[in-house]
Amino acid sequence: MNLKKTFLPLINPLSKDNPVIVQVLGICSALAVTAKMEPALVMTISVTAVLALSNVIISLLRNTIPTSIRIIVQLVVVAALVVIVDQVLKAWNYEVSKALSVFIGLIITNCIIMGRLEAFALNNRPWPAFLDGIGNGLGYGIILVIVSFFRELFGSGTLMGYQIFPQSWYEAGYMNNGMMILPPMALILVGCIIWVHRAKNKDLQE
Amino acid sequence: MKGLKQRIDRIKPQFEKGGRFEKLHSVFDGFYTFLFTPNETSASGVHIHDSNDSKRTMITVVIALLPCCLFGMWNIGFEHYRAIGELDRSFIEMFIYGLFAVLPQILTAYIVGLGIEFIVAQMRGHEIQEGFLVSGILIPMICPIDTPWWMLAIAVAFAVIFAKEVFGGTGYNFLNVALVTRAFLFFSYPSKMSGDHVFVSLGGSPAVDSYTGATPLGQLASSEPGAIITNVLGDPLSFSDIFFGFYPGSWGETSTFCILIGAAILLFTGIASWRIMGSALVGGLLMSVIANHFASDLYPVTFISPLEQICLGGFMFAIVFMATDPVTACRTNTGKYIYGFLIGAVAIVIRCYNTGYPEGAMLAVLLMNCFAPLIDYCVVNANVRRRLRRSEIKNS
Repeated sequence: MNLKKTFLPLINPLSKDNPVIVQVLGICSALAVTAKMEPALVMTISVTAVLALSNVIISLLRNTIPTSIRIIVQLVVVAALVVIVDQVLKAWNYEVSKALSVFIGLIITNCIIMGRLEAFALNNRPWPAFLDGIGNGLGYGIILVIVSFFRELFGSGTLMGYQIFPQSWYEAGYMNNGMMILPPMALILVGCIIWVHRAKNKDLQE
Repeated sequence: MKGLKQRIDRIKPQFEKGGRFEKLHSVFDGFYTFLFTPNETSASGVHIHDSNDSKRTMITVVIALLPCCLFGMWNIGFEHYRAIGELDRSFIEMFIYGLFAVLPQILTAYIVGLGIEFIVAQMRGHEIQEGFLVSGILIPMICPIDTPWWMLAIAVAFAVIFAKEVFGGTGYNFLNVALVTRAFLFFSYPSKMSGDHVFVSLGGSPAVDSYTGATPLGQLASSEPGAIITNVLGDPLSFSDIFFGFYPGSWGETSTFCILIGAAILLFTGIASWRIMGSALVGGLLMSVIANHFASDLYPVTFISPLEQICLGGFMFAIVFMATDPVTACRTNTGKYIYGFLIGAVAIVIRCYNTGYPEGAMLAVLLMNCFAPLIDYCVVNANVRRRLRRSEIKNS
């Protein structure tokens, strides 16, 4: 029971309190980086890293930050972490870093991060804050991966860059769906996920 | 007919509450009311009794579509035999060719669309609504003849589920279902929805040397300013060709003449709003006059005359059959004028000034569908304010 309570911040955001489909935060990046699975995975890892570390740092500083300037302090911490992530990506995976372009920098403005810092890290000890960061990052990641799975499969016929639909299908007249590559379809897919999720969790229905 | 009714009436109790097939009630009810006018009348209150229910409205629209539909079928065969150089074929042969070319499309649209409607009605325990009767015939008519059936099936399923059923079914959709289908196809499979190879059904036969498969608007958009538009053989199109529709295009929309017959039926029976149709026509004409007056080499489509502008492409079809859809249009009379006018004007603006889209009628109607509730809101509120002011003057 005690163990379960400790890991609640990690488990809750995966489904019941998912940042994208329940709190409806971070939608814009979920639409922008999910055309392919690889950038989506990298984005998940980046956001999770930034979120977990900034949660820990803010949680450690929570008693020293004056309330009136807390947003600025949070921004400085997040911005520093995002720059580090950006540099690491450029050094180790330049291709994906190019594909994600401005969206790594825009993690700073990702509502999930500011939301978690304000709602959780400022009132909790570092360890739960760390778990909360990991949990929310993964909860965000699950949605990104599901959306990008469908978008890449039907939009490009590939998964992680590997051809899934055989060439013979294309010769028989099959075509990739161009709409899947466009952001509107990502929004519709997120809508479908919310639909399925609410149908399964009746207590979330308004 | 009487025997059929008796037979159906005999099995009816099995579908009522407590019967063996109670779960299939909505399917049974759908077929029953399709075949016979329901004889249930309201028991209390003041009601206007009229035999014109929504099934009959829909059927009237389908009848109004028939001239376009039949002409379109013949025109497919005509363009086909003209393109492969066998113009000596008879009228019937051309018609039969077209009929068999469009039949798979119509069947696909109906089977997929009605299938989803039946399933959803069954799941929710609704009655089956008849909105898809019209959409099912409209959808193939606004698609190129070479659209593969599986694409059509996906698009119809997408449109029926996401444009209609998630909002609550027939009568609750804020976008025109047929146009959502076409928009989905257009953005998903652009190579199959525009260009030179999709509007004429060659059926595998080699085309004659001078063959060109582009629609008139497609030719204009990609040509030098002042170019003349031609039919599939490369001969220039006269105005009567344009008016009667002897050119390639989405097969239901080419003949302005047949669309006008349909419009007459709709207006005579009072099913479509003359306000929307009229103001859309005025908006389109006015915008074409303006575009034509300021014609520039950058935008080749601006060079054609307003009348040709109106008769070419899907403009007429859109304003007669799409814009007047009572569910997605404005409800207030003033709103209808604004709504129609903007559809006409926006369609011509997109067509002339956005070279990426040779035809703008689809996007114009969808855009105004989104704005229709806002227009209604403004019109109603303006009226409220006006009457409030009047009462203040009286009271003071």
